[in-house]
Amino acid sequence: MSALLFKNARLIDPEAGTDRIGTLAVREGKIAGPSGMDGATIVDCGGKCLAPGIVDIGVKVSEPGERHKESFRSAGLAAAAGGVTTMVTRPDTTPAIDTPETLEFVRRRANEASPVRVLPMAALTRGRQGREMAEIGFLMDAGAVAFTDCDAVVTNTKVLTRCMTYATSLGALIIGHPQEPILSEVAAATSGKFASLKGLPAVSSMAERMGLDRDIAIVEMTGARYHADQITTARALRRLERARDAGLDITAGVSIHHLTLNELDVGDFRTFFKVKPPLRSEDDRLAVVEAVANGLIDVISSMHTPQDEESKRLPFAEAASGAVGLETLLPAAMRLVHNGHIDLPTLWRALSLSPSRRLGLDSGRLSAGAPADLVLFDPDAPFVMDRSKLHSKSKNTPFDEARMEGRILGTWVGGARVFEA
Amino acid sequence: MSFRARHLLGIEHLAPDEITALLDLAETYVDLNRSADKHDNALQGLTQINMFFENSTRTQASFELAGKRLGADVMNMHMQASSVKKGETLIDTALTLNAMHPDLLVVRHPDSGAVNLLAQKVNCAVLNAGDGRHEHPTQALLDALTIRRAKGRLHRLTVAICGDIAHSRVARSNIWLLGKMENRVRLVGPPTLIPAGASEWGVEVYDDMQEGLKDADVVMMLRLQKERMDGAFIPSEREYFHRFGLDAQKLDAAKPDAIVMHPGPMNRGVEIDGTIADDINRSVIQDQVEMGVAVRMAAMKLLADNLRTSRAAKADIEATRV
Repeated sequence: MSALLFKNARLIDPEAGTDRIGTLAVREGKIAGPSGMDGATIVDCGGKCLAPGIVDIGVKVSEPGERHKESFRSAGLAAAAGGVTTMVTRPDTTPAIDTPETLEFVRRRANEASPVRVLPMAALTRGRQGREMAEIGFLMDAGAVAFTDCDAVVTNTKVLTRCMTYATSLGALIIGHPQEPILSEVAAATSGKFASLKGLPAVSSMAERMGLDRDIAIVEMTGARYHADQITTARALRRLERARDAGLDITAGVSIHHLTLNELDVGDFRTFFKVKPPLRSEDDRLAVVEAVANGLIDVISSMHTPQDEESKRLPFAEAASGAVGLETLLPAAMRLVHNGHIDLPTLWRALSLSPSRRLGLDSGRLSAGAPADLVLFDPDAPFVMDRSKLHSKSKNTPFDEARMEGRILGTWVGGARVFEA
Repeated sequence: MSFRARHLLGIEHLAPDEITALLDLAETYVDLNRSADKHDNALQGLTQINMFFENSTRTQASFELAGKRLGADVMNMHMQASSVKKGETLIDTALTLNAMHPDLLVVRHPDSGAVNLLAQKVNCAVLNAGDGRHEHPTQALLDALTIRRAKGRLHRLTVAICGDIAHSRVARSNIWLLGKMENRVRLVGPPTLIPAGASEWGVEVYDDMQEGLKDADVVMMLRLQKERMDGAFIPSEREYFHRFGLDAQKLDAAKPDAIVMHPGPMNRGVEIDGTIADDINRSVIQDQVEMGVAVRMAAMKLLADNLRTSRAAKADIEATRV
């Protein structure tokens, strides 16, 4: 593989916490350091930002089962166009990824079709039914990087306790969806002034704290490695902080949508804004933004969830949840930077370094020896989002026609260019 | 005339002058409906389709009568019995309807927001006849007309809305309307039936009837959906009637000339005592039904006017293109 030399780049290094102009050399698919060698292909970055590629935990690729919504090919192209170099995929497909055989299918399809790295997660219980443990050991051998039943919360506390106990001996990472399942049944919005006015079935934000409280208790009991997929409320953050202070091995993520949108964006029943958990109040949004800035929340992800028009063009309560996000993650996240909530190295800690570390990967860094997974972007370039231009097969983005800043100019995976604007 | 809306989806997006314009027109239809020849040709040549995805006898009859009195061709579609069960989506239904060229579409649907969704996809004026727990604008308008005629004004009144606020689209539309017209609104009911965040709506919330009704000009009772209440939101009907049912003793707390309203159908002995409902000095429940027809005539007339204006404008543009 040929060598590359990125010159005149604004290097965003989340590991060092720096943001400075410099050069970066790449050799044999790995980062080689600041100085190049003879014969390297020069990439003039023109002073634009060069950062580690995004590691996106919780991407739904609708293969197997609903390939018309998203395939590994279309998701991979969307990821490359969005600066996402590693997709950590969800097992909530049809059928669920709950056996080594289905996981093998995912790996094979991903390798054939996706230009970016794909690391699959597997279901924690068979069929995500919350009754019987999946083959956690075999699945890890087959390459599962984490175990989650996604939004199908394991209601039976005994089952979850045994899963976590078993997973502990293997060092497996469990990803939970903190939500009290009975309270949040059929909810389409967060209860409060807005949802009540619109007459939408709603759930109190307390349901998230209740779900997290239970999971924390089981982590304390079992010593499991645990990651909360999305913490979106101020009251749950206080519990997270306490658990972290107590020394439990707990990390947390949040979706870009909960960082940049609030419940009022739903307006007159706009179903592209229906996500899980539902969008929160502005107070909660500001609290989670603050938590990302101070590191209490470790990971930002797109929670990419493709849905076709048919499943979205329904009355709000009946419409499917979820939004695509691979291609809008970076420009949406730039809103936090432009609003002065967070600086670029801190943002990249949450987009790239922390998710890498949590999964035991060596990406997310610009140090010598790290894989040359990189994204080059102009943080200030403005554009109006046009959903018809998305690479995803599904176009269900809440940012359609939104004014955004931050254009991806190029994406490299293992030193190979996978996207060029 | 200052009524500008294309659809009547809710009170939320109406301005006070639009509400007043509609009520003023409705007054003239009250007179028409009481006269010997109850016919007007305002909607002559227009097709009105009543599409009810949820059972309704009274509202549908009221819309049907309103359309017929104004000379529209009226068709009723009972969607529960037809294609909905075959898996047809609301959008498919809208496309089918477009092919029939309706001018006025009256829709009731069990999901909040469903009528808004339909309105985006059809080429005619849409009237919301109740969507989920969201809005029921013509009910609020007929209530407003009833109040205005009984009290002589529609502002600076204290209105107590009592009972199952949480599941009531009637309550939400009334809260919007009474608020826009600058009245003092109180919500009275057990906390399980008061929606979350209601205290941030600019209303006063009470869980005691005597306190909530104190010096009220209007007492608006809501229907209790009995079938889904028992043991879930309230312990029992008899406890509910004891604490929140309107009887003479509780009504004593209101002003001596307070009127009693109910959107119907009533559960006598659950939310309202039968003798109060029948008391011609207090109850305006029969007037509400009468005002319903007049208000729906006015709403359809105004929407039809706007529809004709916009179609004429479109035709002008087409003509200049050729």
